[in-house]
Amino acid sequence: MRYLPLDDADRNAMLARVGVGSVDELFAAVPKDKLLTRLLDLPKAMGELEVEHELATLSNASTPAGSVPFFVGAGAYRHHVPATVDHLIQRSEFLTSYTPYQPEISQGTLQVLYEFQTQVALLADMDVANASMYDGSTATAEAVLMAHRLTRRKKAVLSGGLHPQYRAVIETLAQHGGSETVALAPDPADTEDIAPLIDDATSCVVVQYPSFYGSIRDLSEVAAAAHAKGALLIVAVTEIVALGLLKPPGAMGADIVAAEGQSLGNGLNFGGPYVGLFATRDRFVRQMPGRLAGETVDAEGRRGFVLTLSTREQHIRREKATSNICTNSGLAALAFSIHLTLLGQKGLARLARINHANAVDLAERLAAVPGVAVLNEAFFNEITIRVPGDAAETIERLAAKGVLGGVPVSRLEPDRKELADLIVVAATEVTTDKDRAALARALEEVV
Amino acid sequence: MAMNREGRPTRPASEAVSAAAGTFTGHKGLQHEERLLFERGSADRSGVDLPEPKATRSRLGGLERQGEIGLPGLSEPETMRHYVRLSRQNYAIDMGPYPLGSCTMKHNPRLNERMARLPGLADVHPLQPQSTVEGAIRLIETLAGYLMELTGMPAVAMSPKAGAHGELAGMLAIKAAHDANGQSARRIVLVPESAHGTNPATAAFMGYAVKAIPARADGTVAAAAVEAALGPDVAALMLTNPNTCGLFEPEIVEIAAAVHEAGAYFYCDGANFNAIVGKVRPGDLGVDAMHINLHKTFSTPHGGGGPGAGPVVLSQALAPFAPLPFLVRENGRTRLVETTGEAEALGARPFGRLTAFHGQMGMFVRALAYMLSHGADGMRQASEDAVLNANYLRVMLADTFSLPFGNQACMHEVLFDDRFLKDTGVTTLDFAKAMIDEGYHPMTMYFPLVVHGAMLVEPTESESKETLDILVATLRHLAEAAKAGDAARFRDAPRLAPRRRLDETRAAREPRLRWRAETVAKKAAE
Amino acid sequence: MALERFSKDHEYVRLDGDIATIGITNHAQGQLGDIVFVEVPEVGRQVKAGEPAAVVESVKAASDVFSPVTGEVIETNASPVESPALVNEDAEGAAWLFKVRLSSRAELDGLMDRAAYEKFVEETA
Repeated sequence: MRYLPLDDADRNAMLARVGVGSVDELFAAVPKDKLLTRLLDLPKAMGELEVEHELATLSNASTPAGSVPFFVGAGAYRHHVPATVDHLIQRSEFLTSYTPYQPEISQGTLQVLYEFQTQVALLADMDVANASMYDGSTATAEAVLMAHRLTRRKKAVLSGGLHPQYRAVIETLAQHGGSETVALAPDPADTEDIAPLIDDATSCVVVQYPSFYGSIRDLSEVAAAAHAKGALLIVAVTEIVALGLLKPPGAMGADIVAAEGQSLGNGLNFGGPYVGLFATRDRFVRQMPGRLAGETVDAEGRRGFVLTLSTREQHIRREKATSNICTNSGLAALAFSIHLTLLGQKGLARLARINHANAVDLAERLAAVPGVAVLNEAFFNEITIRVPGDAAETIERLAAKGVLGGVPVSRLEPDRKELADLIVVAATEVTTDKDRAALARALEEVV
Repeated sequence: MAMNREGRPTRPASEAVSAAAGTFTGHKGLQHEERLLFERGSADRSGVDLPEPKATRSRLGGLERQGEIGLPGLSEPETMRHYVRLSRQNYAIDMGPYPLGSCTMKHNPRLNERMARLPGLADVHPLQPQSTVEGAIRLIETLAGYLMELTGMPAVAMSPKAGAHGELAGMLAIKAAHDANGQSARRIVLVPESAHGTNPATAAFMGYAVKAIPARADGTVAAAAVEAALGPDVAALMLTNPNTCGLFEPEIVEIAAAVHEAGAYFYCDGANFNAIVGKVRPGDLGVDAMHINLHKTFSTPHGGGGPGAGPVVLSQALAPFAPLPFLVRENGRTRLVETTGEAEALGARPFGRLTAFHGQMGMFVRALAYMLSHGADGMRQASEDAVLNANYLRVMLADTFSLPFGNQACMHEVLFDDRFLKDTGVTTLDFAKAMIDEGYHPMTMYFPLVVHGAMLVEPTESESKETLDILVATLRHLAEAAKAGDAARFRDAPRLAPRRRLDETRAAREPRLRWRAETVAKKAAE
Repeated sequence: MALERFSKDHEYVRLDGDIATIGITNHAQGQLGDIVFVEVPEVGRQVKAGEPAAVVESVKAASDVFSPVTGEVIETNASPVESPALVNEDAEGAAWLFKVRLSSRAELDGLMDRAAYEKFVEETA
């Protein structure tokens, strides 16, 4: 077995030194009748080539996004990732190191995390960010728990523009963690009024920006309404590239920004691993979940970085525990950070403009398809369209024509008949003029 | 006050060490210092060439960002150098042994990286029509099947993002099962004193009262102690096996039987599964739920602290309560069930959803590539080698180090305490830092808490005998130096790493958690 | 001289009339290491004996400080909150944490005097 350095001579010599006749003597604490005497019912060891054959067979049984005109978004986005990113994250020192518990030999990871935290805080226009979380959905749910701790209240009000699966994650934790959620009806037309639902028991309001349906609106009003009742505003962002062009949540009164960072540096990966971004105000930092890198000095007075404020993670005092889930997403955060370093402010702004322009072009093309309506007024790179007939069937028919045309809302909201004719459609820099024309043409044929 | 018994210095000794002979650059040969990105990049520079956006009208509704973001950019060669220099300040498993107990730092095969980038597995969207991702779904199904065979369990929830997330999933399934069976009055979860901190935190988050059960000195739990604590109000027992001291729970079968007899469920923390893969199956021991850290046992890279993946295997009793999404096989085709309505139509009763989408696909591919490469025979051999390596270290160091529970067989990790350093003036922390100077990543320190000055060493199966022999010789040299009174070697360590000891006290007292332009301006003014 | 009492959880109580001044002992701060964060209760809060009332954190540990006595919090000390190092420097003096108006003097009987506490520390070391 190519990964195991011991050979039989080593094993025999070591068993003799340990003073046992066979390795099974080392498993003596295992009840005799439970120790397996057979091999498990799995394939035998394979060489590299055989493994490649096995997995290529599976890979070939899927349609890669890059092989077709592709407009699927709804919380995960296909962007172009520079070659440098993938090279750097595969460096041994990043790929095969552990959590930086020994800071003297982990300065690479720690400085990256410090830079990552700064980049995230700048993008969101917030004071401070953590070293990443699992993904956007878990980061948003953690933001709600943090708001409960800060306000000592237990009710979260969820916008109808929030991703239905993000809502489900929040509701699951609320249901089992003893708190309450009030979810507004899905809001594809972006007309909801949240303020009347905020009361003195509300700990936080969760809005998504741009919304699940792609719309954007100024959040200052809902921030003011929340603050007037002593509640916090949590802004979830699933398409982080948007913040290269849009007014940042921090400038509109957000108290916590929880975001999905997959769009930068990370591929679609069928849903994971992604990277949760989490930013807040300085005054809330002690209730923030997740790891934090901080600046300090070493014994010679040189600048260095360490994990800090870690007692937040160790708290096991119930009401103060910041989280039981606080692993970060280190390598995906590194990929995010490298991509953003390559882009810089100028590159990010241009990337965001390209995304918006492509989406505007797409919206115009789709609006021109007979029977199809675009629901959004203002948007970034994603829109919701209404089609005649069933959206899920439309998407299947588009797929049969070799176009992955978006996400039928009914896939995530199957119980809402009024949404059955809606499709969420995204256009990033990877969609070409030809792709967008292909979607419009195919849509015209299938509806 | 809840007393901490592990208080240890968190800043360098006050007799500040003077800097070694300096260079003009601050670099030391191949060891380059690297400034922060924000101190070298500029807002106008970019390492990505992008075309002019298409000329369209703006539909941003007046929400365009005003002013600078403040993000610097670097050209591509500068970016490359920035991160390569930073990378060289990290230790890594690819460089040398990384014997962090309970972390399972084993070799990360690069084949797995290549496989994880296959376009039909990597470049697929979680919400593409399921008809276009049959291969990706089959991969999850295959891995799920392997995990069930390896654990002897009939079901697995694949979506949890890491170990603690899987632990939460397993405990929520237990709670849902009790609720469904009219057993909501069960409000207590039993956790041994020696457990990982996440166990009581998870139980407490769910509103359970945590009841500690006493452990024997070696952290193992007596069935009688569990029986004494069980009752009609107990929902579950959470137990780590092999335990945090590196020992297999000898009475685990009796414990499981007692838990079930009392109407409770048995949650097993699977962090130490690497010791027993292919040797004994948790399902055969009576476990109801166990998370599996794919990033430990199945070698998906730790990546400086994640991403992980924490599927949780479930017994028949808990299977109906598994979270969304899950796979179902119908008419020869497997599909993902993503919503409650669909699930209930199939007779399932999911407790909810723990994350958007379907879990850590990129980690699934790597774990499956690991399993295929090893095969049933190789995985069993890997566990045996991991256990043999740990025991070899134990006997080779038994006369020099101190073993808290006597010289008895361990599983895949061996636990030492600090009695061998008594009266030397050298602490476990000092000893670990001296290992850094010798070119090693230290073992896990001060965990588990049940022994004083713990050193938990997990060599894994990836180390050769030759490497272990050199490690042993080094550790013996260090122990002899400590006993011979060479305390300075330890107190000032590390001397040869990119940084000397760092002042963690200062980092926590005056938190500086991001770079700020004003701090720099202020420094310049001074 | 003010009456002094100590808890097994390493808090001290110093009595002046019916006002109890509470903090952590010098021994406790030594065990915790460098203190980096202190949180005190709100003035006006009713605390029960044995209930967590304040928080003291070092780099490696967060510890609840239990109030050894029952009563109303009437004053808190901002100095250790602003400068946590003060707890390391003067735990039993300038770094007191909060003052409570005693509800029951009898609770003091369950606590130790200095000699008994010192003996307790020695025995449990």
